[in-house]
Amino acid sequence: MRPVPAWRKALVRPETGSICGTILVFVFFAMIAGNSGMFSAEGFINWGTVSAQFAIIAVGACLLMIAGEFDLSIGSMIGFSGIIIALLTVQLGVPTWIAIIAAFALAVAIGGLNGYLVIRTGLPSFIVTLAFLFILRGLTIYIAIATTSKTIIGGVKEASEGDWLAALFGGHVLTGLFSWLADKGLIGQFVAGPRAGQPVVEGIPMLMVWALALIIVGHFILVRTKFGNWIFAAGGDAQAARYVGVPVNRVKILMFMLTAFCATVFATCQVMEFGSAAADRGLLKEFEAIISVVIGGALLTGGYGSVIGAALGALIFGVVQQGLFFAGVESSLFRVFLGVILLLAVILNTYIRRRITGER
Amino acid sequence: MKKYLLAFAATAMAFGAMLPAAAQAEGERFVLISHAPDSDSWWNTIKNAIKVAGEQMDVEVEYRNPPTGDLADMARIVQQATASNPDGIIVTIADFDVLSGPVSDAVAKGIPVITINSGTEEQSKKLGAMMHVGQPEYTAGKLAGERAKKESGATSFVCVNHYITNPASVERCQGFADGLGVELGDQMIDSGMDPSEVKSKVQAYLNAHPDTGAILTLGPNSAEPTLAALDEMGKSGQIYFGTFDLSTAIADAIKAGTINFAIDQQPYLQGYLPVVLLTNYARYGVMPSNSINSGPGFTTKDNIELVEKYAGQYR
Repeated sequence: MRPVPAWRKALVRPETGSICGTILVFVFFAMIAGNSGMFSAEGFINWGTVSAQFAIIAVGACLLMIAGEFDLSIGSMIGFSGIIIALLTVQLGVPTWIAIIAAFALAVAIGGLNGYLVIRTGLPSFIVTLAFLFILRGLTIYIAIATTSKTIIGGVKEASEGDWLAALFGGHVLTGLFSWLADKGLIGQFVAGPRAGQPVVEGIPMLMVWALALIIVGHFILVRTKFGNWIFAAGGDAQAARYVGVPVNRVKILMFMLTAFCATVFATCQVMEFGSAAADRGLLKEFEAIISVVIGGALLTGGYGSVIGAALGALIFGVVQQGLFFAGVESSLFRVFLGVILLLAVILNTYIRRRITGER
Repeated sequence: MKKYLLAFAATAMAFGAMLPAAAQAEGERFVLISHAPDSDSWWNTIKNAIKVAGEQMDVEVEYRNPPTGDLADMARIVQQATASNPDGIIVTIADFDVLSGPVSDAVAKGIPVITINSGTEEQSKKLGAMMHVGQPEYTAGKLAGERAKKESGATSFVCVNHYITNPASVERCQGFADGLGVELGDQMIDSGMDPSEVKSKVQAYLNAHPDTGAILTLGPNSAEPTLAALDEMGKSGQIYFGTFDLSTAIADAIKAGTINFAIDQQPYLQGYLPVVLLTNYARYGVMPSNSINSGPGFTTKDNIELVEKYAGQYR
């Protein structure tokens, strides 16, 4: 047997394509939007936040996809969990931390139900979760209208003032550092209104911290634990995995619960940041999660992929989406550009992988 | 591999070349951010308005919207716009809670902001915006209801809401109910955006409630399929029919007597005026001190000729 050269080993990793893509995308935008404010502190926080949003849902979608399944109910789950939190806190006056825990419990239970139905019925997860896309969206609008006759429930910020768990989703970290940077004149300050003199960037939003934490934990579980191997095995060849004693059903159901968990993290951060929940939040987010994962080098058929890749996919997606704005692209053409760049990224990815692994 | 990379680089270059050099133009740069999803054609009038105003004032106006209508995405766009340091921001207050943070941040950064369309004058003031150019939605709905009551005596109605997730749309239905003097109850239907879906939902509602006295639609997206539904059911002109906004089909229906009135909030002004005002503010520091009500104006059979010519374009 010929020894595999190190460069070849590196290239066969699923995230190789997305690393190249990330570099290309950054070079591209440094060229066309370098002095538009995109790389100022504010600009960084802007596309960083959007990328972090994609990353949060992409981590769940990635592990689920490696386990061989899809979840199309992610977007609806975002709207659903948000409305649950807002209803409990604003309408029923429940303390925010209880509302958040309740929303997580409910979402994870629904995720579990998704998985259970897929396993028990043997239907494709595409169909089962498509059903939940509609069930959850309809239910969300119904609950909101029935209880408040509105589809947007505001006032969460006031209701969750000083709540310890709310701060974990809606706050900022490193605020001291940013004040210091502003004092040194390294980042801008507000010039008018009650916040005059404060830095334009308050700190790193908790959304980014959550994204980073989920990426690190997800990556660790996938590549460093036995459970990670089970995930690969369940998505590679479920029957073969069962023969060697991998609890495939349990792994898959757990991964469905994980996507629901990630969707709820997304929803909670959003509700805490904006102080309101709306029944139409998260529209099409399931596709954005899947797109991030696919740019990140995962296979739609399961058994192959990486969390780091998905995270880079989310970064590429976020930078492209926001960067085109900074570049001043006409808004109707905006999605054409987005589509083309996504296509290029995936083609590049697939090309690298095929070339290296020799698969057809 | 090398070939692919080259292709990628070439495509990137091509895009670079296609990008507007306008980013470096001399004129001031403004950004208009709406809440409308890509599928909402009504905003074309505003796009036309900012184009005209931009050319007249020799400034650059960018139009931005969240593609799916997700208001949290809209808030990100406001943050983006702020980070790109424009000479002014024009924004709708589709949801005060979601937008108050990002919009006040823009104001605090010293960027002049004018709010348009959705939202109220009070909300606009709270955000620190210079003024609001729009139509008070509840009042518009109520005036429509009062008009319907006077002209038809209807005691029941259906409000075809094609954009149920926007609070302003519910306010219009609520205002209409109050104007008629009846409870809103379940007389508001969530029709969705898809024309055939709207049409079949309206038909189903009218079949289930044959004695419905009046119809209110909230824009061309719900009015046009509703017209088709009435036509198919042989009910055209049989039910008192009011709508918000104008389009060619709505203008035709007013002439034919199928639609009794359309509320024109004159979106052209909502796009045009802020650009002109912000340009003058940027150049000479002048700005009116009051907000501007661009509507409601009722378009009926009596004044349709004036409106018709430009429906869907500038009206």
